[in-house]
Amino acid sequence: MRAQRGNVQNASLGAHYVVNLPAPDDFAFWRERARSLIQCDVPPDRVSWIEPGGTGDLFAQEGPARRQKRLPTPGKDARPVRASKRFMKLARNAALHSDPERFSLLYRVLWRLQSNPRAMEDKADLDVRRIEELDKSVRRDSHKMHAFVRFREVESEDGAEHYVAWFEPDHHIVRANAGFFMRRFSNMNWSILTPRGCIHWDGETMRESGPAQRSDAPQGDPVEDLWKSYYASIFNPARLKVGAMLSEMPKKYWKNMPEAELIPDLIAGAQAREANMVETGALEFEDKPETLGAIGTAIEKCRKCPIGELHNQAVMGEGPRRASLMIVGEQPGDQEDQGGRPFIGPAGQLLDEYLTRTGIERSETYVTNAVKHFKYVQRGKRRIHQSPQAKEIDTCRWWLEAERDIVKPRLILALGASAARSLLGKTVSISKVRGEPIPLEGGTELWVTAHPSYLLRLDGEAQEKQAALFEADLAAVRERLAQQEA
Amino acid sequence: MPQHTLRQKLEILADAAKYDASCASSGTAKKNSLGGKGIGSTEGMGICHAYAPDGRCISLLKILLTNHCIFDCHYCINRKSSNVRRARFTPQEVADLTLNFYKRNYIEGLFLSSGIVKSSNYTMEQMVECARILREEHDFRGYIHLKTIPEADPELIHQAGLYADRVSINVELPTRQGLNRLAPDKDEHQIEGALAKTKSRIIEAKDERKRFKHAPRFAPAGQSTQMIVGADNASDADIVGKASKLYGAFGLRRVYYSAFSPIPDASAVLPLKRPPLMREHRLYQSDWLMRFYGYAPGEVAQAADAQGNLPLDIDPKLAWALKFRESFPVDVNRASKEQLLRVPGLGTTAVARILAARKHRTLRLDDVARLTQSIAKVRPFLVALDWRPTTLTDRADLRALLAPKQEQLELF
Repeated sequence: MRAQRGNVQNASLGAHYVVNLPAPDDFAFWRERARSLIQCDVPPDRVSWIEPGGTGDLFAQEGPARRQKRLPTPGKDARPVRASKRFMKLARNAALHSDPERFSLLYRVLWRLQSNPRAMEDKADLDVRRIEELDKSVRRDSHKMHAFVRFREVESEDGAEHYVAWFEPDHHIVRANAGFFMRRFSNMNWSILTPRGCIHWDGETMRESGPAQRSDAPQGDPVEDLWKSYYASIFNPARLKVGAMLSEMPKKYWKNMPEAELIPDLIAGAQAREANMVETGALEFEDKPETLGAIGTAIEKCRKCPIGELHNQAVMGEGPRRASLMIVGEQPGDQEDQGGRPFIGPAGQLLDEYLTRTGIERSETYVTNAVKHFKYVQRGKRRIHQSPQAKEIDTCRWWLEAERDIVKPRLILALGASAARSLLGKTVSISKVRGEPIPLEGGTELWVTAHPSYLLRLDGEAQEKQAALFEADLAAVRERLAQQEA
Repeated sequence: MPQHTLRQKLEILADAAKYDASCASSGTAKKNSLGGKGIGSTEGMGICHAYAPDGRCISLLKILLTNHCIFDCHYCINRKSSNVRRARFTPQEVADLTLNFYKRNYIEGLFLSSGIVKSSNYTMEQMVECARILREEHDFRGYIHLKTIPEADPELIHQAGLYADRVSINVELPTRQGLNRLAPDKDEHQIEGALAKTKSRIIEAKDERKRFKHAPRFAPAGQSTQMIVGADNASDADIVGKASKLYGAFGLRRVYYSAFSPIPDASAVLPLKRPPLMREHRLYQSDWLMRFYGYAPGEVAQAADAQGNLPLDIDPKLAWALKFRESFPVDVNRASKEQLLRVPGLGTTAVARILAARKHRTLRLDDVARLTQSIAKVRPFLVALDWRPTTLTDRADLRALLAPKQEQLELF
């Protein structure tokens, strides 16, 4: 590279100097020549800077009589050239830009810095702004190189792993960024090929070579399929923001990124996928009904879960609209389904019995179920009760909450685990939570006890024990209601 | 359980991880692989290796170790009662995937989270094992973010912090009522206790590093958390208040906001429409106002409407300025840094430029225009040498002038 070092020429007219740079990113060379020129008092409009392959300016091309003249050598007593730290920092980067004017701009600002050492601080100055812009776009280009280089594994002669990438930078940044990849992949053999020159690392030394073509780089890598799967899966079709993607990953980079070929399909599929998600999620509930009557009508048509598809009718809660106690059961049974009213079958009769015994007035109580339709399996002529699944309870919670919003009970008594899940959102053990109030949002108190049908299934000692517990729970609720009223 | 291929597992477990907002890989200790046996470096600045069409950056391999979960949080696609495909990686598979992606320069590192299998401790152990394989067996020096489980043994969380650059614990929802309702298995005290413990570990480790050169680092990129926006009825003011408390109490690097998105097989307790994505954006903007622009949480709340929600059509800084017009216009040549930071349309960079430039000249409107993004936006709030907004600042329709224009539909 040193062999083709440029020289400084003195054009025939008005001592115009032309500096040929040996490489487009040779900042050190520019710095050396700029220092001498300033020490010789050569003003910015008398110097042209030409990079390899670049065209010279008018003065340099003009006339066959052009005389070669060496760069003036500064005298021994020439004053030292000074530049601010900020200038040095920006200039190193700006020199890598592909703008052919960059070296003239840097020289002009360096010239001005000699008379005004603080010139770089004037952010409103046009030259300062331009240097900042060049620096910024070079930094961006380098950053995108760090980000978007994609290595592909190739088998090398000795069987060792070798990774090769093809990248097309906008500016002369390849050599300046070799260090980043060396520090990151120091124990890997890799090459980065670009149309502006290539770099190669073998784990010990960095080697440079001339410009390459895309066809010199490997065409695929089996891991790319995994990567594409990852890219497609991590994308959330519910939030399409194509503009945000394009501003950070402009299309010009796409051709060298394996995952980018998925983008058009992902975008096209996104709206359809979201619609599908909403549908399968059965998320499309309308606004909550605001009267009990409206809930009653709406639940008849509810098919948010498969229970609604069975041959049954929805059973709405019943009781005063402003009841202070709400009792929630599991779901309508066979008789409730036929009668269209909650708690009228055997369990309902047992409940009534205990309510009377403990002095709770059913006519002053709002009685309803966690699940509004009867879930069963047909066995011959009989319909056998099936417990609703957690998901079905959670789905139906929407309706129970609508009822709660309207009735606004001070106290809710949940009968059994399904009712408790509907109110708490989690499955609890009855024996652990019974007998104690559980605060719900909005100041409502929840009490949990067994379902009366549980008592019907027991006999003997166990039945007596559970019946006593059930009665005690109801009595506690009555007590609490009386306390609240007082 | 059906046997999945590695690719199927990756699809399931990346899909399940996409509701985590964070993908940051910045702000950790500088390290590189020179003199080591493996690969990897972190040089301060995070790198986004790709962007998905949802506009989000892909910096890390963001996956769950498994999406099996014994918890039943309603907003979560992986909750116990959800009907999704389940899969599980072994720690070795996670490590191999991370290295294979890293070697091809696809990622900065790993962000590992997990559903809870068997127990919190067992799950946390498996996650720590992934990090151990990467760090100890492969001398991996890239970025690792581990989502820790607040219910796990503090000793395991400590281990996680020794391997990871960043640890995080999600507070999930901005209010306790929301948490009780939607995440019945989680407990606010436990989450905040874990955040507090992690904070003190980070401080201790920093202190030790000052005194002993070889003291181990503990989560050098700090800790962060995430809140879901729009799943409960917390207002923007509630959320901003909660975030500022979290920043103050637990020394968090970031609070992430994730707009609740409709998830397949959702629970019916959830709201039924997703919140506008713009809401999430406005929350991030107000987060920035508190962290970099000197606004108190109360002041951000002043920009909100009566229900405590920020306007969606204009940014919170402009909303605040329109409400407090008496504070404007400010003189670009004399105003303090704090006053300039309150001007809608002036960012921290523009303010720094103005402060530097005005030492050299008295700024005219043209000068300001060169230093800022959009002069039209800042003009009504500024006085320059040759510019006074006169009646502009007081115009009743100023909001309409500055709000982004609604797109007019084409005739069809």
